This record gives sequence, structure tokens and C-alpha cells, in this order.
Amino acid sequence: MLAGAFVAASVAAVTASAWLALGAAILIAVALALLHGVACITYRGNQVVSGVAINILVSGLTIVFGMAWFQRGGQTPPLPPDARFMPIEWPGASALHGVPLVGPVYADLISGHNMLVYLALLAVPLTYWVVNDTRFGLRLRAVGESPLAVDTAGISVAWLRYRAVLICGVLTGIAGAYLSIAQNAAFSRDMTAGQGYIALAAMIFGKWRPLPALGACLMFGLLDAIAIRLQGVRLGGFGEVPVQFIQVLPYVLTVALLAGFIGKATAPRAIGVPYEKEH
Amino acid sequence: MSGPRRPLPGWIDIGLIPLANVLLAFFVAGLIVLAIGANPLEAVRIMLVGALGYPEAIGYTLYYTTNFIFTGLAVAIAFHAGLFNIGGEGQAYIGGLGVGLTVLALDASIPPVLLIPLAILAAAAFGAAWAAVPGYLQAYRGSHIVITTIMFNFIAAALMVYLMVNVLIAPGSMSPESREFAVGHLPFVHEMLGRIGFVMGPTPLNLSILGAALCCVLVWAFLWRTPWGYELRALGHNPSAAVYAGVNPRRMIVLAMALSGALAGFVGVNEVIGVHHRLILNFTAGYGFTGIAVALMGRSHPVGIVLASLLFGILHQGGAELAFEIPTITREMVVVIQGLVILFSGALAHLSRPWFERAFSAIPALRPAAAADAKGA
Repeated sequence: MLAGAFVAASVAAVTASAWLALGAAILIAVALALLHGVACITYRGNQVVSGVAINILVSGLTIVFGMAWFQRGGQTPPLPPDARFMPIEWPGASALHGVPLVGPVYADLISGHNMLVYLALLAVPLTYWVVNDTRFGLRLRAVGESPLAVDTAGISVAWLRYRAVLICGVLTGIAGAYLSIAQNAAFSRDMTAGQGYIALAAMIFGKWRPLPALGACLMFGLLDAIAIRLQGVRLGGFGEVPVQFIQVLPYVLTVALLAGFIGKATAPRAIGVPYEKEH
Repeated sequence: MSGPRRPLPGWIDIGLIPLANVLLAFFVAGLIVLAIGANPLEAVRIMLVGALGYPEAIGYTLYYTTNFIFTGLAVAIAFHAGLFNIGGEGQAYIGGLGVGLTVLALDASIPPVLLIPLAILAAAAFGAAWAAVPGYLQAYRGSHIVITTIMFNFIAAALMVYLMVNVLIAPGSMSPESREFAVGHLPFVHEMLGRIGFVMGPTPLNLSILGAALCCVLVWAFLWRTPWGYELRALGHNPSAAVYAGVNPRRMIVLAMALSGALAGFVGVNEVIGVHHRLILNFTAGYGFTGIAVALMGRSHPVGIVLASLLFGILHQGGAELAFEIPTITREMVVVIQGLVILFSGALAHLSRPWFERAFSAIPALRPAAAADAKGA
């Protein structure tokens, strides 16, 4: 994600094209995902070690290259509007704004986001459909539960897992591009700020299902917004609520959930286990 | 290849392969340096001179090394129990909080002779407690240690920001720092050397390095010379066999994590009463994550960890000099190398093994040794 953000901002700065930047972000994220795949699937390395390695590597690389290319202390130059994904106003939004109830909802809530926001929302039902209703999705879930059974059925475990990792790369690449060229106008050091981990928390919180995960994401997003709003605000009776308490809630909630205090999230059984084919 | 491959002799397995993995990491790092238009060999020279060329440089290098030994041992002891503790960063942070709270509360009433040991105990206790919670959750509630320790890093960081900004900030101070401790500083090495007539410029190196050396010996003795250490390693090697042998896995997991957290907490001793003499934000500066690279590179053995810590100490100090000398290269080059080392000696540890196995089978001169090895085994 961080790599995606960096590459998107760099490419957008150089080519002034948001689409090229998005493509480049996806490419680099896929490349990193492939590296993860090679380490974990082909060489049966430890996933956590590989993941930590890639995170640390990229957090250093983005700054090293950022400094070398742009000399701005690890930041990329600010982008002009045409090199970014700008908010899209839906047809008739301003005309309908006066209509009670429907108008403000349409104009302020539905219209006026950038394209990647809609893409993210579309990705949820798409993921739901792929995972639950397609042959690929069913096999994908099977490989997470029992790779041996999948292998016995004559399907390549490694290829399935590679495809899963590739899709992950595409999605995180888009996420990175969103951060640096849609939400913000430049890359800044470590700008992902643990959001990849929040996503992990959201997934666990959504009990490994796309729709509840969207709910968890909305909740964490809401918490984030509340944390910004409450800065320095006094609540009657409580005094000032420290911002850190709200910022830390997603993590605390995830820990509580994992410990089984709020329902139970069951992970796929074969998660993290490299599959070694018998010879 | 046809026929079963011979097992590799020990010197290749624990000597050559890790070395090759690290060299591979450095090779890739060299390519990156080339890619940004600098000369890798020149970079290596500057780093070596900057890290080892004069007494002050060595002081800085050893000061970093001290931190890496603590976090490396912390990660290693958890590894031996089959646990991946990514929370070293948070545990070190909270350990430092323990040191700071102890000294802030008592530095007016207790002489340093008592205060320093108390502060060290507090570091161990706070770090251990912060790590024992994820350990407990893993052992008794089945939550995954990796995810919980990551979350605990974030929780520790938020807690520290809250405490520093709202509670512990020195009166009248603009930046989130506590007041300076009145007493309870660990002596600096340059002060001690100055007293015996060896003059050296000031460096942050302090007495904690002896503590790090002591911890190496203690960890070694604990893991390989006590029944608890044996049980801990048994659990890491084969949990079900360990259970049949009468090991209580749950208690062992909590114990391993507590020890791991205590070791990480000692970073707080080095930083808080060793160097800064006050509580500040972000004094852990990524040492906890470097500990992962150190433990992987050092194969989770104290001797290996000392060597790996020294290497990372050199990289850290040399990297600072490098950024100074070659403006296009930043300090973060060290972070890159660290990531590459974790990648090659951790995740891709099996990458180079087949090459060695092939080379080994291909060289006839080496075969008798292999045969003898096989007979011995």
C-alpha cells in the first residue's frame, strides 16, 4: 500500500496522469505481492516474516528513492488537480440540492466523491460474489481450509494461492493510489500510518466476510472522523476526551474480538501453513 | 537431480548459508545504491569509517548495538517457544515508561544506589506485563500472537502520547517531555574511561552495554542449562511432544512472552536513564523491529545475536555518516538493508539451500566428510 502510494504520487508527478499513476501503483503492489508469494508459496517461507520484511523494506525504500528523486525530505512534489482523481459531481446534484431529504443525501452523500471511493464500494459486492458464487471463489476458500483436499481434486494449490496474492496486490495498489493521489496530493513518509493493519483488524472484525467487513471499515472510518472532530472538544460531564482513546479503539476492539470477548471470528484452518506436496 | 541428496554438514548449514543469505541481502542493497546513482563501494567505505574509524564512532555503534542485543534476545526467546513476538517496539516503550515513572516518583527520596536497580526492575516488569497480555490471550483465549502484538504496539504508542501530552509533561514545557531526572543516571562510558585517563568525546554509550552482555549469558544459561529453558525449547520444536512430556503449554507461552517483554523493556533502561535522563516520545525509534532482523540473522542464539547486533550497530551509525557524506542517500537506507536481511535470511531462507546442496554433491573432495557425517548421525 505504501509502495502503491509512493509510486502513484511519483508517476503522477512525472507524467501528470492519474490513470498512468494508478496503473503503476497496481503494478508495483502486484510485484511486491508476487515477492511475498514466491517467498511463502514456492519457498515455503514464514508468511509473517515475509510480510514484516516487505513492510520494513518498503518503508525504507520509499524514502530512499523519494529523497534521491525529488529531494524533498522523502515527500513527492504536490500534484496539480489534473494529475489526481478529483471528486466527481453526479448529474443534477446541484439542481436536486434544494429537494428535502433526497436532495442533500444525493448531493452531499452520494455525489462528490472521487472515482476510487465508488470503486472501493463496488469491490465489496464483487468480492462477495467472487468468494461465494464463482468456481474460483469456492476453490479459493477450500484451499484455505484444506489444501490437501484441493490437491487431491487435481487443482493446483500454488496457482490458486498465487492468484489470491495477485488480487491482493491489485487491491492494495489501488488503496495506495487513493491515499496519495486522490485523498492527498503528494506522498509523505509512512503515510499509510498503519492503515493496512487497520484493514486486517476490519477483516477480523467482519469475521472474514466482505459485507460485515465493510461495516467494520465504516465504523473505523467513523471513529477516525470522530477523533478528528473531538480534538479539544469538551463533553458535558466527562471533560475533554483524549483523542488517543478514540484513535486506539480499533486496535483495542480487535484484541477484544480475537480474545473471544465479542463473538468469535474463525480464521480459515490452513491459514499461514505452507503446503508441501508429497513426492 | 536423481537420488536423494546428502544432508549438508553443520558448517555449511549454520555457517555458510546464513552468510550467503546476508551477502545476498547486501548485494541487492548495493544494486539499490547503484540505482540512485551512488557508488556502493564508496558507500561501504564511508559506513565503515563512520562506524569504527574513531573512538566516538565506536561509542555510538556500541550504543546502538546495546539496544539491538536487548530486542534481538527478546525476539529470539519467543522464537524458541515457537512464538513470533512483533511487539518488541511496544514492550520497549512501556519498559521505558516503567523506568521513567519509577525515577520520577522516587528520585527525590531514594539514593541512586537503590533507585537504579529499582528502575531496571520496573523496566523488566512493565515490559513483561505488556508482553504477557498477548501471551495470555494466545494461551488461554486462542487469539493470534502476531496480530495481538501488532495491535499492542499501536496501543502502547497511543498510551505514551496520551501520558506524555496530558500527564507527564514537565510544567511550562512546550514539547512533550517529562522533567529531567534529578538522580539515577547510568554512568556514561566516556566518563568512566575519562576517570582512568582515557580521553574520549561524549557518546551515548553507557553502562547498559554491560547489562546487555549479562543478559546474553543469562539467556543462554536459561535456554540451554535449565529445565524451564528445555521445556520452552521443546514447546517450540514440537508442541504435542512437549505436552506429552508434561510441559504445561499455556504457562510456558505466558512465561516465554513475559521474558521476551522484559528483555525488550531493557531498551527503556538504556534510553531513559542511560541517555536522555527524561521520558520523551518515540525513544524506541524502531529498535523493536530491528530486533526481528537481528534474531533471524543471529539464528536466535546469543552469540549470533551479538554478532548481528554489532553489524546492525555499524549499519545504524555508519548509515548516519553516509547520509551526511552522500546527500542522495538517506538514513533510511539502513531500514532498506534491514528489510532485505529479514527477507533473505528469514522468509527466503530456503532460497539458497538447493544451490549449496547441488554444489556440495558436485564436489567430490567434500564427499568423504559427508559420508562420515551421515554415519555419525
